[in-house]
Amino acid sequence: MERTESKVKSPERMAKVKRILLGGRGSYGVLGNIFIYMLLIGIGFVYLYPLLYILMNSMKDLEDLLNPMVKWIPTHIYFSNYEKAFKVLNYMPTLTQTLYVVLLSTIAQVISSSLIGYGFARYNFKGKNFFFVLMIVTFLIPQQTLMIPRFLMFQKLGLLNSVLSFFVPATFGQGLNQALFILIFYQLFRMMPKSLEEAARIDGANDFTVFARISLPLATPAFVISFVLSMVWYWNETYLSALYFGNTIKTLPMQLQSFVDSYRLLFPSGAVVTDRLNESVRMAGTLLTIAPLLIIYFIVERWLRESIDSVGITGE
Amino acid sequence: MKKFKNSTLKQIYGYLFISPWLFGFIFLTAYPMLYSLYLSFNKVKITADSGIVTEFIKFDNYKYAFFTDVSFVQSLVNFLIQLLLSVPVIIVFALVIALLLNSKVKMKNFFRTIFFLPVIITSSSVINELTQQGATQLPGLSDILNISAITDTWPVYIAQPVNYIFNNLITILWFSGIQILVFLAGLQKINVSMYEAAKIDGATSWEIFWKITLPAIQPLIIVNVVYTVVLLSAFPMNPVSPIIRDNMFNISTGFGYASALSWVYLIFLLGFVGIYALFTVRRGRD
Repeated sequence: MERTESKVKSPERMAKVKRILLGGRGSYGVLGNIFIYMLLIGIGFVYLYPLLYILMNSMKDLEDLLNPMVKWIPTHIYFSNYEKAFKVLNYMPTLTQTLYVVLLSTIAQVISSSLIGYGFARYNFKGKNFFFVLMIVTFLIPQQTLMIPRFLMFQKLGLLNSVLSFFVPATFGQGLNQALFILIFYQLFRMMPKSLEEAARIDGANDFTVFARISLPLATPAFVISFVLSMVWYWNETYLSALYFGNTIKTLPMQLQSFVDSYRLLFPSGAVVTDRLNESVRMAGTLLTIAPLLIIYFIVERWLRESIDSVGITGE
Repeated sequence: MKKFKNSTLKQIYGYLFISPWLFGFIFLTAYPMLYSLYLSFNKVKITADSGIVTEFIKFDNYKYAFFTDVSFVQSLVNFLIQLLLSVPVIIVFALVIALLLNSKVKMKNFFRTIFFLPVIITSSSVINELTQQGATQLPGLSDILNISAITDTWPVYIAQPVNYIFNNLITILWFSGIQILVFLAGLQKINVSMYEAAKIDGATSWEIFWKITLPAIQPLIIVNVVYTVVLLSAFPMNPVSPIIRDNMFNISTGFGYASALSWVYLIFLLGFVGIYALFTVRRGRD
């Protein structure tokens, strides 16, 4: 008796179990969810692994570093790696210089992108589509092709070895990945209703006033995205900056590149064992290089996320 | 009359707004491009007193690049293989993460913050430090899968890139931050009612992905492929970049030769994107 009963019930029960585990309409079920979270956490770990590695290793002293038992967590927190790296990177002056170069270029790039994006979004003029296509095509031209003639031009104009070699292209819409920023502004201005602007125009405002007073304040999301990305890309740029700046301006990532050499100058090897360059000091230097970016990112992160959600990042 | 005047005024305003770009394009992009094309057919010497001295040598720079300079062609081939392998890995990965983030998960924002983090901190010097410490290799992966033992028997030109992918897995994945956002934006725009209709008709999630989701984000795949190629081509650690820069200041080759290399590089990249675009367009038509 019991057996038959369970046989009757079991398909139903099986279906229920199946639905809970594998999911039905509109849900993934327990197994599906576990799978998704495991994937997300796994991939998240892969993404974070290098950062954790930097953080953990930067706090190890020589003893921990040589001890095979200490793999992840140092036995005690040890900050003198940071002191050394701080000196090697010549940190505060370098940071000031980096901020100076990066902020100037970024501000120039964001402002010019907003103007250009507005022009493309709001006006019809002869050759507009042609210029627009050209602008997007410039995104494909590698810096390697442009940097040689630009280097010679800048040399002639005296723009080399100064922030101007970044600032001038950014002002004239030819900065790092600038087509992307112009596109972001273009997209946002196109989405904006025209009625507000027209109302202002009827009140007698000219086009630049309309742009500055009405359109710009509404374009905050595009400003946030462009500002963060532009800043990050200028900060992390080492290829062009090494070429244009030579030895006059050293940004933090450039200083990190020559970390080994600078270290040898500051701490001549051999004298004391603990003074020799080890990976902990280098990891501390790496962390110091990215720390300002991380701090800025975590401050604006929420703002950035909301902006990206409202504008999107590329046109389609 | 007034209408005509208005539209002319509009045109002028339009030009005014884009004038920084126009000016910049002519003087900082178009002219330099032509100038570098010109340089690529010349032997360029830079002296302190007479400035830039050029000597027309026809195609000699290009000939030298392809037939004498072994390192350039080799690194171009290496870069091509890197592109062919990393681009699909990055795109598929970005799509998977975007799909995961688009499903109903908790702590979505937390994960998004993590996945965008590499965009913030990736610079060649940081990657360089990490690679030297072996921190870009996945821990434990080498224990489970001894990839070099498998690829040992393969031809070098296949084994080398496969090893490259496995040894630099984290670096490659770190390049997918922006692409994830692009896909995510596209996924969020797909009409939910389409999914519901498909489900009522009895479609499985698998079918829905291939029949609805993928066609809807097809244009974004092209956007992302182009973006990834640009990203990788600009990255200082790709094999071609250092060769071009080193040749600029190499006394025996100089700016002319470096310009020729940069033009080969440009045509190579445009060709890569062009061929890819051609394939997708043709497939879309079928």
